[in-house]
Amino acid sequence: MFPIRKAVWLAPKVRLIEVEAQRVAKHHQPGHFVIIRVRDPGERIPLTMATSDAQAGTITLVVQVVGATTEMLCDLEAGESILNVVGPLGKPTEIEDFGHAVLVGGGVGTAVIYPQAEALKKVGNTVSAIIGGRTKEYVIFEKELAEHCDVVHPCTDDGSYGYNGFVTGKLQELLEDESQKIGAVITAGPVPMMRAIAKVTKPFNVRTIVSLNPIMVDGTGMCGGCRVSVGGETKFACVDGPEFEAQDVDFDELVDRLATYQTQEKIAWDRLHKCQDCSKS
Amino acid sequence: MKPAERMKIDRQPMTEQDASARAKNFREVNQGYADEAATQEALRCLKCKDAKCVNGCPVGIDIAGFVGAVADGDLNKAANILLAANVLPGITGRVCPQETQCEQYCVRGKKGVSVGIGYLERFVADWARENREDLFEPPPPTGKKVAVVGSGPAGLTCAGELSKMGHAVTIFEALHKAGGVLVYGIPEFRLPNHIVEAEVDGLRRRGVDIVTDVVIGQTYTIPELLEEEGFHAVFVGNGAGLPVFQGIPGENLKGVYSANEFLTRVNLMGGYMFDAGETDTPIIRASQAVVVGGGNTAMDSVRTAKRLGANPATLIYRRSREEMPARVEEIKHAEEEGVIFRLLNNPIEILGDDKGWVRAVRCIKMELGEPDDSGRRRPVPVEGSEFELPCQVFIEAIGTGANPLLTQTTPGLEVNRWGNIIVDENNMTSIPGVFAGGDIVRGGATVILAMGDGKGSSVAMHEYLMNGK
Repeated sequence: MFPIRKAVWLAPKVRLIEVEAQRVAKHHQPGHFVIIRVRDPGERIPLTMATSDAQAGTITLVVQVVGATTEMLCDLEAGESILNVVGPLGKPTEIEDFGHAVLVGGGVGTAVIYPQAEALKKVGNTVSAIIGGRTKEYVIFEKELAEHCDVVHPCTDDGSYGYNGFVTGKLQELLEDESQKIGAVITAGPVPMMRAIAKVTKPFNVRTIVSLNPIMVDGTGMCGGCRVSVGGETKFACVDGPEFEAQDVDFDELVDRLATYQTQEKIAWDRLHKCQDCSKS
Repeated sequence: MKPAERMKIDRQPMTEQDASARAKNFREVNQGYADEAATQEALRCLKCKDAKCVNGCPVGIDIAGFVGAVADGDLNKAANILLAANVLPGITGRVCPQETQCEQYCVRGKKGVSVGIGYLERFVADWARENREDLFEPPPPTGKKVAVVGSGPAGLTCAGELSKMGHAVTIFEALHKAGGVLVYGIPEFRLPNHIVEAEVDGLRRRGVDIVTDVVIGQTYTIPELLEEEGFHAVFVGNGAGLPVFQGIPGENLKGVYSANEFLTRVNLMGGYMFDAGETDTPIIRASQAVVVGGGNTAMDSVRTAKRLGANPATLIYRRSREEMPARVEEIKHAEEEGVIFRLLNNPIEILGDDKGWVRAVRCIKMELGEPDDSGRRRPVPVEGSEFELPCQVFIEAIGTGANPLLTQTTPGLEVNRWGNIIVDENNMTSIPGVFAGGDIVRGGATVILAMGDGKGSSVAMHEYLMNGK
């Protein structure tokens, strides 16, 4: 059992969960993820870690409610526990001095880029962050990112805060500004956003790295469910990734495979809500 | 009883769930011997002075001894003999390929049918589990700490034996549940999870500490275990958990699974109970399923697909029946359950529909040519014989490779060109104090060979721990 120390809503349906996981915290590096199971007999889902505190023995997850399991997870309060947390999994982010590194985060991906910002800054990069949300209330981790970034550009789809438009629009602006001398773009967020970013950076020939989150079971390379096509080769995101060169990723296939269990996900969601309704009455 | 009388007794059949009923459920196929059948079967043993059967047992069970005790009706004694050599008898009694091991050496098999040693082992193990307390005297502690990586058959056996010798053993398991391939790979209809749980609990009572959710190579490295966590020796039994795909077009279509994923979803995660609302892990149920492979994993996959409702559930194998590596009983059970065997066929392409789902697999007929390196006749494609087999789920069960997570993070650990760990005659790796066994050393093998490695390693580790050799 992994006790939850803190659980707060950062935005609608987006929850920050700080959980005791000593062994994971000790070895966590930027880019690593964990697999959790909320209850027995629950499913195993991968979640990328935002931060960790090796001394306190805690890791921080930022979770968006997208289905039954994430909803059960986000229903948990401080003092309750997550049944299983295993990690850190995957390869860590390659941290090097790119000169100017631009991090792009969308939704809960914004929390994923936070430890990368810290590490990239440490090795001497100029670090910019572009973070997006539908409206102002969906923009998260701005203050935290500002601790390690030279500049943070919040963006909102409706223009209610910061740059008026998608993160790709802001990224395009920076790329067109030659004085920025961007050496790398590193991004985490919804697949359509990462795909759009790959498209934006391509003509500029800037190294672009995406963090993929396909369907996984064990997270140790044992099942192969997370396979993605990268540069024409099949890779297992859990052990070969989760980060890959954006221009090599077959995003169409990724989107398609992510939809494998759509029908069952809907069933699980309906089931959870039906249960909640009946327990209320 | 005189040998002539013993010779007159016929092999006692195993009680099985009816084939048409069991093809729709996940309950165990074999129901076990009744007391009388067990006694009769045990009486068939001729009590050979120089019993050869034990030569076929990788863990060296005194087979004549325990079978004799069953014949005498002394099940307590039978259990003592069995458990002295084998910490997981309920498991091996169910999944060992006895026909190529102990039973192959049985003198009765020379002119007729061998004694049902596997069935008797299962009978005694089940009796002991249900009828007696674990009589376990904790040995004096040696003060030595051992880490075991992986809780599959190799790791569990090694841990059990080391704890008998008084060492403090901690097993690290990557998944949330102990048992390794016994719980993620082998289906419940062949080896119920509660049997594995009971035998794992037996080890816990003996003082073995089992820590789940730890991936050695990620959560800790081997050097950390030795240098920081205070372990004096390590046994690596992390299995061959890397699925091999054929590399044919269409493998990333929805509905294509590795056998590992398919079986893990169904067995470990209980995916077959998703529709009933009892579990949260989904599995695709196909009206037509095709599995490629000829081993036990292929049989497990195709029989699982059948139970999930596929009709037909078809098995494709590129060689002929004689070359199939699966246990004879599994092949027989699969056929009885209505699995269609398409031997001497090979898939060459998986075809999808416009939504990215599998719709068929394109196959080619094969014929047997000259013997290859393995001594088996090499299958060669018959030109112009391609055909399509409709299916919505396609499962690849053609083997597994060595998982590199642990070996990559262990400097100085020597592996061969397939990534399997190299060990000496004592199962010690290139790192002093680090031993290894099971599939990570052998490539794909069997539960019992892994257990034999675990047991053999425990003896060498004891020697290393106590005498530094």
